Amino acid sequence: MWKVLHQIAVCYWLQVKVTSTSWFDGVLAVFYPLMFATATLLVYRVRGDADGMQFAGLGAVVMGMWTCQGVVAASALARERWSGTLELLVAAPTGMPRILVPTTLAFSTVGLYCVVVTFLWERWVFDLPLHITSWPLFVLGVVVAALTLSLFGYFLAVTCVRYRTAWAIGAAMEMPGWLLCGFVVPLALLPTWLHPLSWVIPTTWAMEAVRDAANGSSPWGHLGLALLVGAGYAVIGGYLGRQLVDSARRHATLALT
Amino acid sequence: MTSVRIFFKGGLTSYRAMFGWLHPGVAIPVFLIEPVAQILLFAFIGRSAGVADDRFYVIGNALQFASIPCLFAMAFTIDGEREAHTLSVVLVSPARRLPLFLGRALPVIANGWVVTLVGLVAGMLLLRVTIPGSAWLPMLLVVLVSSASCTGLGLATGAVALRVRDSAVLANVVYCGLLIFSGVNVALDQVPGWMADVGRWLPLTHAIEAARRLADGQGAGSIGGLLVRELGLGAAYTVLGLLMLRWLETSSRRWATLDRV
Repeated sequence: MWKVLHQIAVCYWLQVKVTSTSWFDGVLAVFYPLMFATATLLVYRVRGDADGMQFAGLGAVVMGMWTCQGVVAASALARERWSGTLELLVAAPTGMPRILVPTTLAFSTVGLYCVVVTFLWERWVFDLPLHITSWPLFVLGVVVAALTLSLFGYFLAVTCVRYRTAWAIGAAMEMPGWLLCGFVVPLALLPTWLHPLSWVIPTTWAMEAVRDAANGSSPWGHLGLALLVGAGYAVIGGYLGRQLVDSARRHATLALT
Repeated sequence: MTSVRIFFKGGLTSYRAMFGWLHPGVAIPVFLIEPVAQILLFAFIGRSAGVADDRFYVIGNALQFASIPCLFAMAFTIDGEREAHTLSVVLVSPARRLPLFLGRALPVIANGWVVTLVGLVAGMLLLRVTIPGSAWLPMLLVVLVSSASCTGLGLATGAVALRVRDSAVLANVVYCGLLIFSGVNVALDQVPGWMADVGRWLPLTHAIEAARRLADGQGAGSIGGLLVRELGLGAAYTVLGLLMLRWLETSSRRWATLDRV
């Protein structure tokens, strides 16, 4: 047990260092959503509606977590391939979930940094103090968003293992994700046929929990749903990961050369 | 004659060789899904905030998305040479620099033009936005001018890629700057004065305003001044890019930093 925890901790810390010092996966993953949050707040600010600013401000704070996870996780294994370490990871006696989940947890950690930066940016640049009724529950909501996103990121990473340009899939998911999770647009405004897509993303529920914590409602129901959906992705990711990696090894297509 | 050949043939060859996004696996997500997603995102934000109609966001974001190929392709066609270890070969060649680098810009302008039109048409169809039929011909010209001026900025960005290691990050930063300052999602008279002042010195700002005027039913005569300013800015950025290329090339030779990856 101690060995497993040690391996997970080492893997997590190594990936935190790798990601946070990367200009593309670390710095840009924070800067890019911050600029989109700025554009969004500029739109909401035109009307000067305080409720609208509170809604957009809360969503913008969490929005960056999606970028830090979704975009980066999709190409996590592709980057290992570019570095020539994918075969080593697959051949290692340690299972893929024990390598990939700490990796995606590291991406979520950069996402948490993005939350703090956006929060301060809104306060200092937009003079927008967000009204949070329960800070402990707000922080819990953000942590659950990070945790469930990392499980979603794990699912994404294993599904894209055979896709040579996985980064493009991740990049294309960025803005649809911002829309579907209801960060800066109320889900009720989206067409009804899109709602089921929102429901199967754990961050949608985590975002609702964050809003609950901010306005004083009970977030426990939404937190439970977020954890449930996140666990679903962990199970599917675990199964798919084994199938896809086994298939890639059997057909000698891991390197995609 | 050699310069003409370098301009057209060399430019197209470099663009195809260095811009690795032409593969469907990248082109479809980046040039089709992403612009449509950005248009939908801001159209819904606009609806939620109750600020402007869908047409405002379709035009602003479709035109701004031209900057993806214009900035990234120009940066990659220069930075890609370094990645491929061919930059020194290119720069020691006796070819004149003007056709060598401007030739690379021509396919990029065409790329930006197509991406903008795809975004415009897709946004119109998905959000049921209409643009008067009479506005389409001048609109095509406006899109062409905006792509050209943005490619000028791309050339300047690409020049910096001679010195900066990660050109993709640099292009993303410039892209974000255009998103915030060019009046893409908020009209310039609704942002702080200093932001509007910055926006007037950036490509796309005047083209977006011209496109919106056309979509509002104003005639082609109303956009002449805006187009001239957009073209002027594009030319200025192109000259700046060429000067920077010259300076960075010379200093890279002096300090032996040309092939530093």
